[in-house]
Amino acid sequence: MDLTTPYLGRTLPNPFLPGASPLSDEIDTIRRLEDAGAGAIVLRSLFEEQITREGLATIAHLERHGESFAEATSFFPNPDSFILGPEEYLGHLRKVKESVGIPVFASLNGTTAGGWLEYARLMEQAGADALELNVYHVATNPGLSGTALEQEILAMVRQVKQDLSIAVAVKLSPFFTSFAHFAKSLDEAGADGLVLFNRFYEPDLDVQELEVTRALHLSDSSELLLRLRWMAILSGRVKASLAVTGGVHTALDAVKSIMAGAHVVQMVSALILNGPSHLRKVLDDLAAWMEENEWSSLAEMRGNMSLLRVPDPKVYERGNYMLMLQGRELF
Amino acid sequence: MNVRETITVDGNEAAARVAHRASEVIAIYPITPSSTMGELADEWSSRGQVNLWGNVPEVIEMQSEGGAAGAVHGALQAGALATTFTASQGLLLMIPNMYKIAGELTPFAMHVAARTLATHALSIFGDHSDVMACRPTGFALLASASVQEAHDLAAVAHAATLESRIPFLHFFDGFRTSHEVAKIQALTDEDLRALLSEEAIQAHRARALTPDRPVLRGTAQNPDSFFQAREACNRFYLDCPELVRGILSRLAALTGRSYHLFDYAGHPQAERVIVIMGSGAETVLETVDHLSGLGEKVGVVRVRLYRPFSMEDFLEALPATMRAVAVMDRTKEPGALGDPLYLDVIAALAQGRFTGVHRFREEPVVVGGRYGLSSKEFTPAMVRAIFQELNKDRPGSHFTVGIVDDVTHTSLLHDPAFQIEPEDVFRALFYGLGADGTVGANKNSIKIIGSETDRFVQGYFVYDSKKAGAVTVSHLRVSPRPIRSAYSIESAQFVACHQFEFLDRIDVLEHAAPGSVFLLNAPGSAEEVWGRLPREVQEQILEKRIRFFAIDAYAVARESGMGGRINTIMQTCFFAISGVLPREEALAQIKRAIEKTYAKRGPEIVRRNFEAVDSTLAHLHEIPLPDSAGASRHRPPMVSEAAPDFVQKVTAVLMAGKGDLLPVSAFPVDGTWPVGTAKWEKRNLALEIPVWDTQICIQCNQCALVCPHAAIRAKVYSELLGGAPSTFKASPYRGLEFKGMSYTIQVAPEDCTGCNLCVAVCPAKDRTNPKHKAIDMSPQAPLREAERENYRFFLDLPEVDRSGLKKIDHKISQFLEPLFEYSGACAGCGETPYIKLLTQLFGDRLLVANATGCSSIYGGNLPTTPYATNRQGRGPAWSNSLFEDNAEFGLGLRLALDSHHRQAMALLHHLASKIGETLVQELVEANQSSEAGLAAQRERVALLRQRLSGIPSPQARVLEALSDYLVKKSVWLVGGDGWAYDIGFGGLDHVLSGRRDVNVLVLDTEVYSNTGGQQSKATPLGAAAKFAASGKEVGKKDLGLLATSYGHVYVANVAFGAKMAQTVQAFQEAESYPGPSLIIAYSHCIAHGYDMALGASQQKLAVDSGVWPLYRFDPRRIAAGEPPLHLDSGPPTARVADYMRNESRFRVIERTDPARFKGFLRKAQEAARKRHAVYQQLAGITVPRSAPPEEETRDAQTDKS
Repeated sequence: MDLTTPYLGRTLPNPFLPGASPLSDEIDTIRRLEDAGAGAIVLRSLFEEQITREGLATIAHLERHGESFAEATSFFPNPDSFILGPEEYLGHLRKVKESVGIPVFASLNGTTAGGWLEYARLMEQAGADALELNVYHVATNPGLSGTALEQEILAMVRQVKQDLSIAVAVKLSPFFTSFAHFAKSLDEAGADGLVLFNRFYEPDLDVQELEVTRALHLSDSSELLLRLRWMAILSGRVKASLAVTGGVHTALDAVKSIMAGAHVVQMVSALILNGPSHLRKVLDDLAAWMEENEWSSLAEMRGNMSLLRVPDPKVYERGNYMLMLQGRELF
Repeated sequence: MNVRETITVDGNEAAARVAHRASEVIAIYPITPSSTMGELADEWSSRGQVNLWGNVPEVIEMQSEGGAAGAVHGALQAGALATTFTASQGLLLMIPNMYKIAGELTPFAMHVAARTLATHALSIFGDHSDVMACRPTGFALLASASVQEAHDLAAVAHAATLESRIPFLHFFDGFRTSHEVAKIQALTDEDLRALLSEEAIQAHRARALTPDRPVLRGTAQNPDSFFQAREACNRFYLDCPELVRGILSRLAALTGRSYHLFDYAGHPQAERVIVIMGSGAETVLETVDHLSGLGEKVGVVRVRLYRPFSMEDFLEALPATMRAVAVMDRTKEPGALGDPLYLDVIAALAQGRFTGVHRFREEPVVVGGRYGLSSKEFTPAMVRAIFQELNKDRPGSHFTVGIVDDVTHTSLLHDPAFQIEPEDVFRALFYGLGADGTVGANKNSIKIIGSETDRFVQGYFVYDSKKAGAVTVSHLRVSPRPIRSAYSIESAQFVACHQFEFLDRIDVLEHAAPGSVFLLNAPGSAEEVWGRLPREVQEQILEKRIRFFAIDAYAVARESGMGGRINTIMQTCFFAISGVLPREEALAQIKRAIEKTYAKRGPEIVRRNFEAVDSTLAHLHEIPLPDSAGASRHRPPMVSEAAPDFVQKVTAVLMAGKGDLLPVSAFPVDGTWPVGTAKWEKRNLALEIPVWDTQICIQCNQCALVCPHAAIRAKVYSELLGGAPSTFKASPYRGLEFKGMSYTIQVAPEDCTGCNLCVAVCPAKDRTNPKHKAIDMSPQAPLREAERENYRFFLDLPEVDRSGLKKIDHKISQFLEPLFEYSGACAGCGETPYIKLLTQLFGDRLLVANATGCSSIYGGNLPTTPYATNRQGRGPAWSNSLFEDNAEFGLGLRLALDSHHRQAMALLHHLASKIGETLVQELVEANQSSEAGLAAQRERVALLRQRLSGIPSPQARVLEALSDYLVKKSVWLVGGDGWAYDIGFGGLDHVLSGRRDVNVLVLDTEVYSNTGGQQSKATPLGAAAKFAASGKEVGKKDLGLLATSYGHVYVANVAFGAKMAQTVQAFQEAESYPGPSLIIAYSHCIAHGYDMALGASQQKLAVDSGVWPLYRFDPRRIAAGEPPLHLDSGPPTARVADYMRNESRFRVIERTDPARFKGFLRKAQEAARKRHAVYQQLAGITVPRSAPPEEETRDAQTDKS
């Protein structure tokens, strides 16, 4: 039974890897994931926006009170030690690298081009085996066109690719008008992998207090469907490795993802819910299922249900339910 | 090779750099202006920096200076090399141990930033009164006059104490030297090793207390032995000067810097000489150089080793030609024949005569003078005035200089126009706000100049007496020679004003030299700037032919994403137009400094700063000057014409920064000061102020309650609004209490600090547009005029009738007039809302004993006073005694009141027949538990006075004077956690253990806020604070629970941001409880590191997460058979992690050591859970009531059966 799979230029022993999440915060958890068979791990994202905002807030709330009053020229032990750059993250990355044998992928989250792209280089220096670039952006500005936004992201990817020698995967949201075209552009820009799709904190409303609240809910397998469609659409059309993230809870979810074209599946919610050992279970289930269904390798299976290979590719293209009769290709 | 680094540091750092390397144990307690030394030592040790012997010195913060002295005494006895740093009152608290340390001939060097002792008033500034109080301790006293000396002589102190076994107190002037930044040459480890005798260290070790070689110290001796044994140390004092001379010679050989016990400089045949020590000596030396250059036969003796005083060395230093000498003391010893140094000089000269060391051609005239108390300026003009006095046939003695004494006429006149600074010394003045980073940028600038050129630099920074909107003035000098000018810049070639509004309040061009450069941060276009200047400024620019540059720095900061931070922008302008460094080189250096400073804040911050620097020059404009001043607008008067005489004549002058001009006669003789003067100081700090929407408002009064500055107020009134300004707002009152009356929320536009707390707590939202609340912030400038009139009208509206109030809850409390207003507290302060509430509830019968700290500073730091009076002239009587004694001090107030009350009662009974039995009975039995009861008693007292006036007996006169004490007074002991948990805990505990009716309000910021965030025993687990840089490892002391253990103490834990109703209830219960009460009040603080506008919501999170449970422990409930403890907050509903992550004091640990932070989180969460569980159980416990005697008997019988 061959469960190996190519991803970002390396061969992983199996398609399961824990995705960017708090799962990677503790070395102990990472070790347990490794023991459970994780082929690699993606560290939690370093949020550029958060670092910058906290930097400005520190200046506003710590430094501005200093040098004001004769009795106290500062209010903190050594504000210089309040390091708000990526050092904490890089230190953790180094520690993880020292502690485990599996490849460690760093994850960097940013919205616009800026000084933070420097972080990518630092992550490489700290030993990251690959970088997952998470270009999360909620396009609220009506003055910003889709094209301009895409160009901005492409420029970032090109920049990072130019600066780094390790592989770079791009984690995306599904909110692009012509996703396939954009994915192709990223492929051409040099992205070594595409990770579909990011899940966001989504605003909810408190109708009594008239406040917006935010929550991140754990996923379930129903979220997989969106990923399957786009995986199937992209499979065979881009050079980049493909990863599914969001909605993979069971071995069957993984099988579907791989049949749609995925090289790897990332898991977060299932591992948070069931603990690191769940990965071993899913892995065993996958092997058992393959054996039962007489699949000898993932490569055999990968992309067999992609848009290019299914008998009726329109199923991936239709937006609405159609009667069987209407749906038949008559001419 | 022994390469000596050139460093740009302040005096505190200069001394600490030596002390840290030369010590093994450092025990300290924070006190201005010495705190920095301890903080640096702690920082270095926490970074693992080692001493000369390769070990990291142990730094420990104690609960008081007395504790620090005890700890070093112990460490010394056990053979360690120990040091401490202190000043002023702290030094006084060390004196008992200093006698012991000296009596035991213990090598010990301590470093003191000499500061004024509190007498008629506290002062944080510099003079020698503290050091002089230590003369009899047996310590050697070694004086440094400059930053370089503070470094060099610190080393000498450590070396000399080891060799001589005499403990050394090394001191330098607080602020003038401790806070002056200068370029100095640093001593290397090699230098220090060469100075510190290893043999003497071993000898010290050999004397250590150890069970391996046991001895006994600290015996009690009797008349047969004590005297002789006390004289046994004499030899060591006699040998000490010689040993110090030797060490000074070694230092000179090492560094080329030559010092002597007494250093003479000046004309070789000087006839007039000044003897002086400390930084003033530098100014005298500078002036002597100038005057002797002009041929005047003048000189100066700088005293370095003041104790032991070597008569021979002193006389040797004096020129034989001397015929008159002025001895200058920076201290005052009232009632003495002269101040200490003067008396020493007189004695030295007399002894010289007796012993034949006399070498003067003629017997010199010796006069004593006093200067520089509390950092009063001491300038070359004053030095010249002293020399001129010495030129007289009969020079006056016991003179003062630097002030105008028009009462006892001691002062010498000096001519301020006499200035001696050469043109090649570049002098710059910067006026900025604390918040805009001006001082930080200037410190950075002089470091750049100091390190990039061979010139010498000096930076001195003058701060504000207010915490919100604090003004800073930076004095920078750059010179080809070492700078000896220990006084403010009087004539500057460069003046920068970083805030346009200052032009209306401060005479920023007063010290601008003719032809100087003036840089102004002015909003708007360059074309408009000239026209917007007040006429006085325009005239000065034209008269002095000043080159005028302007930049809209805030616009540049905004465009580059730096928010309101203009420091690097103004710094760039300074280097661009001052010519002090080549422009390109300077810009490169600024960028290097930015990278160094901001790299830790993330690359984006660095990029934005770079962008700000790069775009600055394009926005900097030289403003062409017209031929004449065209402005019709004048600088507004400092205070309104309506202000009382004292405010006009004294307060306003202090406010204008011209207090130095006030003569002695302007001041009260005993420190007594009028209240309610803050209202005359209209500071206009807020860029935006709250605006009230009557339609949305639900009239909850929360905005008024949380306002730290009493700048937003609520009123109900039945007046018709005839004559109201057109924009005055009112709406019908909706509650039942004041049915039919009108309601207004009014902002004091010129007193608001713009902190946003009120807007943040406002719960009333516009349902169709929830971002609009009942109060929104709006730009102040367009509203100022109209709201000023509205506020005036509002204040004139009648106050609510207190006697008609049946119940006072948090809402009603805000209709009571605050008698604490517009203090100098920080914008968004979490303490002042409690104090304001206190004055609203009990202000007209309130006495406050206030421990030193933030609350004593914003409560009583001149020029203005925030405690105010009501229309009847009543209001809080406030006093600050010390830091450590506040509980005892407050108890003393209570004891006096009780005594007065008892005496009045006795006299009432005694005079009852004459006064009228009914009235006396009513007065004696009056129920004063309500506002109505208090009002009725006041009326009775008025009637009593009336009757007494007709009774011609001495007792009647006494009762007249005491009659007000028949009205219940409320005594409150107010202070911070540093006082209540640490330095004053012993006294507080004692006061609580008694039965007296005092109320304690602990404003718990969980850190020493006033001195800059040092940990106290109230600092919570996991919080970073000074002396707990890696997070406090143990939880805070449960002061409330300790107090409840007495059983008879009322205790409440409150947080106004979480539950205002509980806070107001606790205050009233505490006051009504006829015994000691303790309220511990959660006070958010800038030292917690987050936006103070969110203070109230963070308080709520503290309560919701269980970090700060709310409860009231009322011993009265015991009698009712109820549990005395009532828990006012439920089980934790929020995560402690969410609370902690909101504050930088916790976040800093997460950032620097995530694993440690996680450990803290776990422990803190667990502690919160446990604490709640314990409290919950306590809240269910009833205490058995005292059994009546017969019951006890019956029980006893039952037991027997």
